[in-house]
Amino acid sequence: MASNKKYWKSVEELNEDSTIVKALQDNEFVTEIPTDEFLGNKEALSASSTTRRDFLKYVGFSTAAATLAACEGPVVKSIPYVVQPDEIVPGVANYYASTMADGFDFANILVKTREGRPIKIEKNDLAKNGGSVNARVHASVLSLYDKNRLTGPMVGGSEVTWPEFDTAIAQKMNEMSGKDIVLLTQTFASPSTSKLISEFTSKYPNVRHVVYDTVSSSAALDAFQNKYGTRALPDYDFSKAEVIVSVGADFLGDWQGGSYSKGYAQGRVPKNGKMSRHVQFEANFTLTGAKADKRVAATPSQQLQILKALTGGSTSGLPENIADAVNKAKAQLQKAGGKALLVTGLPDVASQKLALDFNANSEAIDVDKPLLVRQGSTSEVMSVVNGVISGSIKGLITVGVNPVYSLPNSKEFAEAYQKLEMSLAFSMKQDETASLAQLVAATPHYLESWGDAQIKKGTYSLTQPTIRPLFNTRQFQDSLLQWTGNSKKYYDYIKEVWTSSILSGGSWNEALHDGFVSSEVEIKMEEVKPATEGSGLMQDSTSNGALGALSQEGGYELTLYTSTGLGDGQQANNPWLQEFPDPITRASWDNYLTVSAADAKALGLVNKNVANGALNGSYVNVSVGGVVLEKVPVIIQPGQAKGSVGLALGYGKTAAIQEEMQTGINAYPLYQNFSNVQKVNIEKASGMHEFACVQLQSTMAGRSNDIIKDTTLEIFNTKDVSEWNAVPVVDYDHAPISVRDKKADIWSPFDTTIGTHFNLSIDLNACTGCGACVIACHAENNVPVVGKTEVRKFRDMHWLRIDRYYSAGETFKEEAEMYENLPAFDSYEAVEVPNYENLEVAFQPVMCQHCNHAPCETVCPVAATSHGRQGQNHMAYNRCVGTRYCANNCPYKVRRFNWFLYSENDEFDYNMNNDLGRMVLNPDVVVRSRGVMEKCSLCIQMTQKTILDAKREGRPVRDGEFATACSNACETGAMVFGDVNDEESEILKKKKDDRMYYLLENVGTKPNVFYQMIVKNTSEA
Amino acid sequence: MLVFVLTFSTTSYSQDEAEAASEEAPADAGGDVAAGESLFKANCAACHKMDKKAVGPALRGVADKFDRDWLYSWIRNSSALIASGDATAVRLFEENNKAVMTAFPGLSDEDIDNILAYTSQPKAAPVVAEVPAGGAASTGGGEGVSNALVLGALVLVFLLLVILLYMVSTTLKRIAEANGVVYEEREKRTPIWKAFAENQFLVLVTAIFFILFGSYFAYGYLMQVGVDQGYAPVQPIHYSHKIHAGDNQIDCNFCHSSARKSKTAGIPSLNVCMNCHKNISEVAEETATDEYSKEFYDGEIAKLYDAVGWDPEQQAYTGKTKPVKWVRIHNLPDFAYFNHSQHVTVAGVDCQKCHGEVESMEVMEQFAPLTMGWCIDCHRETNVNLESNEYYAKIHEELSKKYGVEKLTIAEMGGLECGKCHY
Repeated sequence: MASNKKYWKSVEELNEDSTIVKALQDNEFVTEIPTDEFLGNKEALSASSTTRRDFLKYVGFSTAAATLAACEGPVVKSIPYVVQPDEIVPGVANYYASTMADGFDFANILVKTREGRPIKIEKNDLAKNGGSVNARVHASVLSLYDKNRLTGPMVGGSEVTWPEFDTAIAQKMNEMSGKDIVLLTQTFASPSTSKLISEFTSKYPNVRHVVYDTVSSSAALDAFQNKYGTRALPDYDFSKAEVIVSVGADFLGDWQGGSYSKGYAQGRVPKNGKMSRHVQFEANFTLTGAKADKRVAATPSQQLQILKALTGGSTSGLPENIADAVNKAKAQLQKAGGKALLVTGLPDVASQKLALDFNANSEAIDVDKPLLVRQGSTSEVMSVVNGVISGSIKGLITVGVNPVYSLPNSKEFAEAYQKLEMSLAFSMKQDETASLAQLVAATPHYLESWGDAQIKKGTYSLTQPTIRPLFNTRQFQDSLLQWTGNSKKYYDYIKEVWTSSILSGGSWNEALHDGFVSSEVEIKMEEVKPATEGSGLMQDSTSNGALGALSQEGGYELTLYTSTGLGDGQQANNPWLQEFPDPITRASWDNYLTVSAADAKALGLVNKNVANGALNGSYVNVSVGGVVLEKVPVIIQPGQAKGSVGLALGYGKTAAIQEEMQTGINAYPLYQNFSNVQKVNIEKASGMHEFACVQLQSTMAGRSNDIIKDTTLEIFNTKDVSEWNAVPVVDYDHAPISVRDKKADIWSPFDTTIGTHFNLSIDLNACTGCGACVIACHAENNVPVVGKTEVRKFRDMHWLRIDRYYSAGETFKEEAEMYENLPAFDSYEAVEVPNYENLEVAFQPVMCQHCNHAPCETVCPVAATSHGRQGQNHMAYNRCVGTRYCANNCPYKVRRFNWFLYSENDEFDYNMNNDLGRMVLNPDVVVRSRGVMEKCSLCIQMTQKTILDAKREGRPVRDGEFATACSNACETGAMVFGDVNDEESEILKKKKDDRMYYLLENVGTKPNVFYQMIVKNTSEA
Repeated sequence: MLVFVLTFSTTSYSQDEAEAASEEAPADAGGDVAAGESLFKANCAACHKMDKKAVGPALRGVADKFDRDWLYSWIRNSSALIASGDATAVRLFEENNKAVMTAFPGLSDEDIDNILAYTSQPKAAPVVAEVPAGGAASTGGGEGVSNALVLGALVLVFLLLVILLYMVSTTLKRIAEANGVVYEEREKRTPIWKAFAENQFLVLVTAIFFILFGSYFAYGYLMQVGVDQGYAPVQPIHYSHKIHAGDNQIDCNFCHSSARKSKTAGIPSLNVCMNCHKNISEVAEETATDEYSKEFYDGEIAKLYDAVGWDPEQQAYTGKTKPVKWVRIHNLPDFAYFNHSQHVTVAGVDCQKCHGEVESMEVMEQFAPLTMGWCIDCHRETNVNLESNEYYAKIHEELSKKYGVEKLTIAEMGGLECGKCHY
């Protein structure tokens, strides 16, 4: 046994007598089919006028009628192009390199199009400095086909043509001459847009440009600008760091505008016996905390002290366990010297400066070529907001931002906004701001637009349209060109900017083909505000201004965060993202206040699993200053620092959002002074909230202790494999034998040595739980969205789920000893509340394991699921009759049943229910109908395509060509897919790796998916 | 028989006459018409027609309109002539939408004379076409008459025989009566149906027979539900594969080019049609058949022009397009994945194997049943095409060793696995 550590997915599982957990372990489908409802009631049955014979007649007639009706085939029309574009071959996908830059997510991407429709986003492997292609970027293709988008420009609430709109603007700008107008935009990081805006402001000198980042990184920007003179964010290469200490920085999430998961994961996979050491101090449980070697729960005010202590201050006043961790971390940081990295997420300039100063000599920080993905200054934005409210600003032009929704004082602002002399909103949707604006300019989605971006200094990226605008929209830049009297289109404008400076003689077509170009040319983006401290434009770098409120007595320390699914909330109308379960809480379709178990107990808050296993939680009212958020649902989050709470931004949108997707609570009113740390008061409210939380679903628990295998670096380096990654043994003839022994098998083996044999390796050390694979799988395989109520009934359709396991970090043995040594009464307490705060977390992506001896295949009465020679477990939907035997017999619980028809059904009004949304469907994969089982196919449509390409070209398949949607989407390299019969392949090396293990191997299923076990660097010295 | 011979001779005679007429004509032009015709078809026909404006003007009688020397220089290099400011040349250039005529410096005076001799041919009299048409009609009529006659005579003979038999029978009866022969009263037997009903074994056997018989037909009926073999819907434009692929020998892949690289063979976009039909605005007289007249075919080409937005008068695109809504003939269900390129490019299967003799189909129809059984049968029988395809090298060697065969079938390669086509 690798370790006999106990892993659990939900607090409920720790309760030994929990009937729900028992029920879920025993039954694949929790809810019994309610036959008793109509068969149990004898009276009702006998009173019924329908006799059995009548019933049979009806059945017979309707079957016959349905059969006869089906005899006539429909007439199908085929409409070819009139003039077929050269680059389009119907049935063959085209890929275009592009860039997403919506002000929150910046990423170099590849767009897969079929017959002129973008259907999937993939990462651009050429681009090394291209931001992170996370779940939201993958899902953004669906936002293109959002039926709630604006279809044309509007003046005073009615749709007009663009020439009419331009006339209205010209007139308005004339009227407004001399009056103060603010152009409030997202961060573009675009050289061309920047140039264009300065041309616009020089034509209209009364217009000034202010950047507003909905979720601000202003403190870090200020600190960097103070120190290095550029308004930018330092770039980090976590692969170069040997010791990483993070104080509240969720750098695998959305910290400072980007994920660093790629570099981080490189350093986290043990190579030559070495891997980085990562210590995390944080309040909320984040992805980063989940991956840390040591995670210490600490409230924001403690974090401030921790940061000071790490950079030279004292640890006095900190609880003993934290102080101890800080001292050890400090020693390790010092020892690592230039290979140490200290990052912090505290929202004040002083803290950010401390970290910057500390890292000044680190090899892992890049200050010469910083990131330009955030530009906003909170003080500037606040002055604009105050100006609008006081009336000193007469006009406001908003681009890509939605202040009426996202400002903390949005009510006050909305009133003042309606009184403005001029309000113009550039928006894709009739959102909160656009619905109050006098003039609304409908903008296209980025997949319909031209653009450029400088994500990292010296790396210039291009955005190109991949479809004609679906609606009568015009991009912001084209409008500016029109209004500055420039007859050029924005495409020509960018091309001119690029050829004249950025490309420096290089090829435009090549840059467009690659999607980016690295250039030493420095483009002067907009004028940077003078960096003088205390000038009112910047926060003082010595005070902890934003954290000042924390010193108040009483209350809880709230950390606002952006969820992996929705981010800042721009894509709230995207059903894929809504249904995406949060990697930590595993709740979808909601945001909620995360509360520690101790605080929940003190406040009388509960989480309860109701009879069918679904989760209910108490409500609370959260208030800061005079602002009260009512009825915020509560999730008791193991590992949440006592005295702290967490809440996700980006939810609670209502304008231009379909009713089903108006989920959660808008947390922006708590985002006072654009600081994500607040002191709040909490009081319990009445009622219970119904969550769609999948944490207890599809459980394999109770089958084996080896679902997650982990060990420490020390053991990994010094002990024999058989000690830390032993092959399970089974009984044979009353003697233990290895489960890989032939005798342990009750089936005759398949010959897997001939031809291609696919295997998928998942490295649990590299997996950060980011969920990009889940969304990529959605897009590739037409996985339906089922909605909150169905998810609550455990009917989610995700082919690929990422299981999250908690562990108290101690072995059973230690735990038992500890209880024995405690005085009687204390031990009751201790047993009741396990060590919630210092938890370890493991993520485990689980999809169909494609067993060579698949239990599902043997029980299918109609042979709908069968085995392929290439190792894939096939599922023929058209053959399936829906007995669900296979799902019941699957030890991994990866099969999904279509309880309903999810396409063209008004009950499930998501993207598959409208013509626009259906455009995202992958034409190579069938849309399943009601009553059939479905599951991961290892993207057989992709492997078949790869094989066919090789056949057509008459060559063997090269290593690295085979891919699945999930392995393609994985940025950290956690997922590797390939042919194990290829001697040279990467996957074969993975299969022979010492860390390799199979999930539930003792069951004898011989899966084709395997995992690389977790190794943690626990050395404290 | 006689009628037949007559018809035939009439037809051949009329053709001779036409040839004779064309041989007589060239006198005044002083060139070889036959050589001129082949030169015309090789060089001029892409842009010019005899009687109708195409890209360039109609050419019949062009020799009479212009001076011969002027024509020589125009045909060899029209641009130079226009550039030199020749009034006639400039006027022609303006009249024809400023379309530059290709220069033919390689044509000798003699060649040009031959071409002009051909273009000076008087328009063939429609009589030529009428004579065989009339002949054919009479032939058909003659055949019908003779058949009816033979049949009528047979019926008559048959009737006579019946009457004769009846008369013989009555006469014999009368003779018997006259001779005093008395018929015995026969015993009344159980009617046959009752006997049948009483024989349980027989009832059982019959019932089983009927059930089997019924199920055979019921099964047959059910099995053809959703199988549209022979489906030949009326299309918005009557496109004849027979004329294109059959008579004119156009390769299938010329129009269905994506069959080589994509899963769909692709319905050609209309610009592909216009590659040829820009110049072919009408069919030849010989193309017309009994069923479809020349006017009908010309009308269908006009429909194409309408759809693609081509103005044949102005020889220009109007920009008003009406995409054609073809009726799809081969409808595979969504859950079955089929890839043309796998079969056409990799396996080298002839199109006709699945689509039948398309080159002889006036109206396109579904040839194969497109059932799974049909797919599988072929996969079981067909060997993998290995020629110069390195992809198969290793796997074929290993598999053939395993199965102990020389050549592998598709099925042995894994072509029967569910997931290969259903995902």
